[in-house]
Amino acid sequence: MDAEDDEIVAEIIRALGPSLQSPVTITTDTNITRDLGLDSLAVMDFVMVLEDRFDISIPLERIAEVETVGDLARTIRELRGRS
Amino acid sequence: MTILAKFSPLRENYERLRALGHDPFSVKFERIVSPTEGVLRGKRTILLGTNNYLGLTFDPSCIDAGVAALEGQGTGTTGSRIANGTYGGHGDLEAALADFYGRQHCMVFTTGYQANLGIISTLVGKDDFLLIDSDSHASIYDAAKMGTAPVVRFRHNDPDDLYKRLRRLGDQPGNKLVVVEGIYSMLGDTAPLKEFVQVKRETGAFLLVDEAHSMGVLGENGRGLAEQEGVEDDVDFTVGTFSKSLGAVGGFCVSDHPDFDILRVACRPYMFTASLPPSVIATTLQALKRMREEPGLRRRLTANAERLYYGLKGLGFELGPEPNPIVSVMLPNKELAIAAWNMLLEAGLYLNLALPPATPNSLALLRSSVSAAHTPAQIDTAIELFGQVGRRLGVLPTPGLVVQAAE
Ligand SMILES: Cc1ncc(COP(=O)(O)O)c(C=O)c1O
Repeated sequence: MDAEDDEIVAEIIRALGPSLQSPVTITTDTNITRDLGLDSLAVMDFVMVLEDRFDISIPLERIAEVETVGDLARTIRELRGRS
Repeated sequence: MTILAKFSPLRENYERLRALGHDPFSVKFERIVSPTEGVLRGKRTILLGTNNYLGLTFDPSCIDAGVAALEGQGTGTTGSRIANGTYGGHGDLEAALADFYGRQHCMVFTTGYQANLGIISTLVGKDDFLLIDSDSHASIYDAAKMGTAPVVRFRHNDPDDLYKRLRRLGDQPGNKLVVVEGIYSMLGDTAPLKEFVQVKRETGAFLLVDEAHSMGVLGENGRGLAEQEGVEDDVDFTVGTFSKSLGAVGGFCVSDHPDFDILRVACRPYMFTASLPPSVIATTLQALKRMREEPGLRRRLTANAERLYYGLKGLGFELGPEPNPIVSVMLPNKELAIAAWNMLLEAGLYLNLALPPATPNSLALLRSSVSAAHTPAQIDTAIELFGQVGRRLGVLPTPGLVVQAAE
């Protein structure tokens, strides 16, 4: 984990805020659907917010590969590197 | 661990829903009396949730055409068109739909679901991009999953958001296909098609419009939202279904794309499933004819839709943004929606209970669909029942004491 990863994770946590029913501690190991109770639509909606924060496209098939917050941070980092 | 153990959270949810009353996913009608009436547990029930927009399911001329085809050509084609050949009717229906839309080409599918699945997943390949509205129908999401193209989702009915997301793709090569719907099935809202067309023109993307709920409903001739908005020339592919205004089952895609016909040997949901039975083709052809010859059907539909929409709005319900044949009442939560749906059903009014995640923005909806065949009296009964249930559940303000005492 370096500063860029920390920043991405912080943004992910911020973007998750509105979709959470109750306050929880989120780490890179947090499973987005199982631990946070988001349904598939809620996940896609929250990823849309991240696309806007980072000004990137995260295609749906990439979201399908993501399980944890850490997975998502890595995907974003990779997609960001491309643009 | 059984193979279906992964569905135990779904099962728990479903059981909880069933424990609250009738099972909304398996309402059993003992008899269907007409396009607008059925019998449920011995009780005559108004059907206000069947997408039977023009009420053609019992049209005598459609039934005659179906019976003649059934007797003359048998019960089924028993195979796909590429393997077993095409019957005359399939070609006639494709020609009639192409003529109706003023297009060169038409392909008929066994369902509208398969039309979206097949057309969308085949049009875009791995080097292309698919852009879909966030409130898209399941068939569009499934097409996105089945295809090999990267899929980008844009905010519902937001052409600026689409533009931003297309811009983000930058100068990556590959075709871009944008998919929107004429009328969205949950809230009855229409797409801002003129603005989407503007974005399409500026970015060189292709545009597909699913007119499933707008065919026979919108436009001077019933061709849908693109006709109403005067942008048909900018729509590259139109998908539709026979299961709503045309009162049967099946789907289609029309287009002027010069190479369209290659899809007949590339599109798997077209190639590897049996074609529609001749009787269904015959009733659909006749329903299309009736729809074209009788604009009065559409006028009655619009009048009924407005009667229900403004009637419910007048009571104080929160509704979708536009008066269309899909009229959805938004309730504050799932529990109230389930209770209201059960009470309406008990009172003799059938409509659809729509709950998240099938609904946009996690809304709990009572979704009605109006038909040209409803009488104004049936619509008024529906409004009256909605009012009673809304007041009993405290969703609507209860009338003052004087009125209550008079009841
Ligand atoms: C927007 C939309 N597209 C496609 C379909 C699929 O239609 P069909 O019932 O013919 O499979 C539906 C209907 O459920 C729909 O609402």
